Amino acid sequence: MLWQLYLSFAKVGALTFGGGYAMLPILQREIVDNKGWITTEEALDYYSVSQCLPGIIAVNTSLFIGHKMKGKAGGICAALGIVTPSLVIIMVIAAFLQNFIHYPIVQNAFYGVRIVVCALILSAIVKLFRPAVKDGFTAFLYLLTLFLGLFTSIPTWLLVVLAVLAGIVGSRVLHKGDGA
Amino acid sequence: MIYLQLFWEFAKIGLFTVGGGMASLPYLYELAEKYPWFTAQDITNMVAISESTPGPIGINMATYTGYQTAGVLGGIIATLAIILPEVIIVLVVANYLEKYNESRLVQAAFYGIRPTVVALISLAFFTVFRSSVLNMEAFAATGSVAAAVDPVALVLFAVAFVLIYRFKKHPLWYILGGAVVGILLAPNGA
Repeated sequence: MLWQLYLSFAKVGALTFGGGYAMLPILQREIVDNKGWITTEEALDYYSVSQCLPGIIAVNTSLFIGHKMKGKAGGICAALGIVTPSLVIIMVIAAFLQNFIHYPIVQNAFYGVRIVVCALILSAIVKLFRPAVKDGFTAFLYLLTLFLGLFTSIPTWLLVVLAVLAGIVGSRVLHKGDGA
Repeated sequence: MIYLQLFWEFAKIGLFTVGGGMASLPYLYELAEKYPWFTAQDITNMVAISESTPGPIGINMATYTGYQTAGVLGGIIATLAIILPEVIIVLVVANYLEKYNESRLVQAAFYGIRPTVVALISLAFFTVFRSSVLNMEAFAATGSVAAAVDPVALVLFAVAFVLIYRFKKHPLWYILGGAVVGILLAPNGA
C-alpha cells in the first residue's frame, strides 16, 4: 500500500505542469477515478485546506490523502512520491544547461525567455491582486509591504508573520471577522 | 557546511511560503543577495524551467537552486528541506482539519496575508524586470534613463503580457515563444 501511494503520487507529480489548479484534474483521474481512494469532494476539501497551510500546495494535498489512507507513513510516502519526478527531471535539465549555457544560441534563447517570465509574473500578480486587495485596509497593507520591502531590510518571513497579525487585528477592528 | 545552510534556508522557505509557487520567489531573491550561490538572473532562468517542466513549481525551484548551489546532494537536500515543515504541520493537524479551514481566525489571518504576499511578489517582479528588461549597468555608467531602457525588450515584454492575458495558454508555450524570439534577435551574437 505504501509503495502504491508512492507510485501513484509520483505519477501525479510527473503529469502536473505548474502545480496549483493544474493538479486537480490529474488528481481526479489517478486518485479518485483509477484508485477510488477518496471522493471528488474529499479531494476538493484537501486541496482547499492545503492552500491555507504553509508550504507547497500540491505536497500538502498529497500529505492529506496519504495520511488518510495509511497514517503518517502513508503521508510521507505520498509526499516523497510527488517530489520524485521534479528531482529527477530538474536535475537532468540543470546538468544539461550547465554544459550549454555559455553557447550564444542558449544565451539568446534565455534573453527572450527571461522577458516572457517577467510578463508571466506580472500576469500572476494581476490575477492575485483583485481577490487580495479589496478594501482600504488591504490596499494599505499592500502599499506598506511594498514600502518596507523597498526601503528597509526586514526579512520576508517577518513581513509574512506581521501580515498575519495585521489581518487578525484589522478584521477585528473593522468588524470583518469573516474576512470575506 | 553548505548542505546545512541549504537545509536551514529552504526549511525556512517551506515554513513561510503561503499561497503557491510564486510566493517562494521573494525568498529566493533574498538568498541571492545573502549568499554567492546564484544571481538574480539565474533565478529568472529557474522560473522558466520550473514553469515548463512537470511538477509543482515550488519543488522545481528548490531542486534547481539546490542543484545549482551544491550538486545532486544539494538538490535533494533543498527539496526535502522545503517540504519538511509542511510534512510536520499536516501530519499533526490532519485530524483537526475541517475546523481549521472554517475558523474565523484563519480567515482573518488570510485577510492580512493575501495583500502582503501580492506585494512581495510585486517586489520580486521589479527585480526581474530590472534584470531582464532594463539595462541597469548602462544606467549606472551613463546616468541616462534612455540608455537604461532596452526598447526591444520593452516591446517584447508588452506583447508577451498582452498575449498571456488574452489567451491564457499554458506558460510553456509563451516560454518556448520567448526562446525562439531570443534566438532570432540574437542580442549576444549568433
